[in-house]
Amino acid sequence: MSKNGPLALSFHALVVVFMLAPLVVVCLVAFTPENTLTLPTSGFSLRWFRAVFERADFIDAFYNSLILAVVAATLATLIAVPAALAITRYHFPGRNFLNALFLSPIIIPHLVLGVAMLRLFALMGVNGSFVWLMLAHVVVITPYVLRLVIAAAIGIDRSAEQAAESLGASRFTLFRQITLPMILPGVAGGWLLAFINSFDEVTLSIFVTSPATQTLPVRMYVYATESIDPMMAAVSALVIALTAATMILLDRVYGLDRVLVGKN
Amino acid sequence: MSRGYLLSAPALALFVALLIVPLGLTLVLSFNLFDYEVGVKSDSYTLANYASLLSDSYFYEIFWRTFWISALVTLLCVVIGVPEAYILSRMGTPWRSIFLILILTPLLISVVVRAFGWSLLLGADGLINQAIAALGGRPLKMLYTPFAVILALVHVMLPFMIIPVWTSLQKLDPAAEQAAQSLGASQAKVMRMVVLPQIMPGVLSGTLIVFGLAASSFAIPGLLGGRRLKMVATVVYDQYLSELNWPMGATIAVALLLANLLIMLSWNRLVEGRYKKALGE
Repeated sequence: MSKNGPLALSFHALVVVFMLAPLVVVCLVAFTPENTLTLPTSGFSLRWFRAVFERADFIDAFYNSLILAVVAATLATLIAVPAALAITRYHFPGRNFLNALFLSPIIIPHLVLGVAMLRLFALMGVNGSFVWLMLAHVVVITPYVLRLVIAAAIGIDRSAEQAAESLGASRFTLFRQITLPMILPGVAGGWLLAFINSFDEVTLSIFVTSPATQTLPVRMYVYATESIDPMMAAVSALVIALTAATMILLDRVYGLDRVLVGKN
Repeated sequence: MSRGYLLSAPALALFVALLIVPLGLTLVLSFNLFDYEVGVKSDSYTLANYASLLSDSYFYEIFWRTFWISALVTLLCVVIGVPEAYILSRMGTPWRSIFLILILTPLLISVVVRAFGWSLLLGADGLINQAIAALGGRPLKMLYTPFAVILALVHVMLPFMIIPVWTSLQKLDPAAEQAAQSLGASQAKVMRMVVLPQIMPGVLSGTLIVFGLAASSFAIPGLLGGRRLKMVATVVYDQYLSELNWPMGATIAVALLLANLLIMLSWNRLVEGRYKKALGE
């Protein structure tokens, strides 16, 4: 039963339309048979999707983004899990500082991070290199993994760990057999959230990519500032589909509502 | 105790090398002299970049425009996001979770895609103008105006307002609302005396996030503002990649970061003071 009046529901309908309109329009225009950006009124066509797959620059940029996001999310998880365990399990001077430091990339504008890394990479002579682009992404996405793993590590029952420890399990066995399975939803959810954020990142990447290491969002940004045609709508529709698939996966392993609004 | 350091060492090493060092280098760069013929003179230091930032009317105009656009976007997000979060919280299952996810998931879709979606709608021969023409009206210029930038920024930022308000609404005891109603309070009075005080912390933290993100937004003004409607982030981009005047770009970036932190801290303090007073602490 809804407690909302008709006025409230109309307002709600407008907000939903506002939030979804640009995305729905992109997906519809992607199927246009015309040469211009119009809704497909005379029938659906896949020509612009074919056009995307004939563009080597977009295909390369897609693979760059995919490899980048997979490797960066994995590295971020590998450093965030031990850091999250350190922050939740041990009391040591500087613990709060480390926590704030590791979460700070969320508050610092990506633009500032982008120009800062550009300066460092230029001085080192490595600007545009894929490895350093990836490490830059790791810094930006680590906070997302850290937050989810900390939330998972705080919530677990420590008695199983204590039992295993008193039975003589080594620290590694303890982590692999007891702790990791218990925090696994947080780890997997964190990885997926990090993956999405790395795959979508544009503001930092635009400063530290070269034509050879251009990511898909950067390629799309540059393309959209130069020309606008229905191919851009087809690329966008593919990105929306990939993001939606990742979100469904995220919902299965961790719960989308928990990621978005932190509900337990 | 030392195990805590050991476990956080890899992350700490990365964050020192790729966060603290580059930010420090950028701060230093902002004091370096720039010469159009030789480039950055990293051995001579000057305050000239900061002086021109403060005296040049071009930069003043850019900062002022960024400020008012961000403030307006924040206000619109409050006006739309707060009632929407409240309406969502009063929905029954399963609609509540369905609409919550529908409204919040655009957050995870690339901002370039969302900007492109708005340019499809708002362009000179975009879908809205096509509809106006079909109805016999005259086309409107919407793309490359503040209107387009503000609309798209509200679209991108609205989830960041709804999330904290929603979270604080979850802590609201529905019995408190019912009690107030059964004691004869009007709907407006319930809102003002029971609901609003409870969700204020959520609204305020949403305000901070939205303002900070809007003030430093890059892709939206870059794609929907065009060549003339610049905001701080797009000017920094121009300084770095077209003018190649890195020290000036670094100065603007440092100023943006400091202005953001300053506004956030003072707003936080102002609000905390108010809030504590209201609670009688």
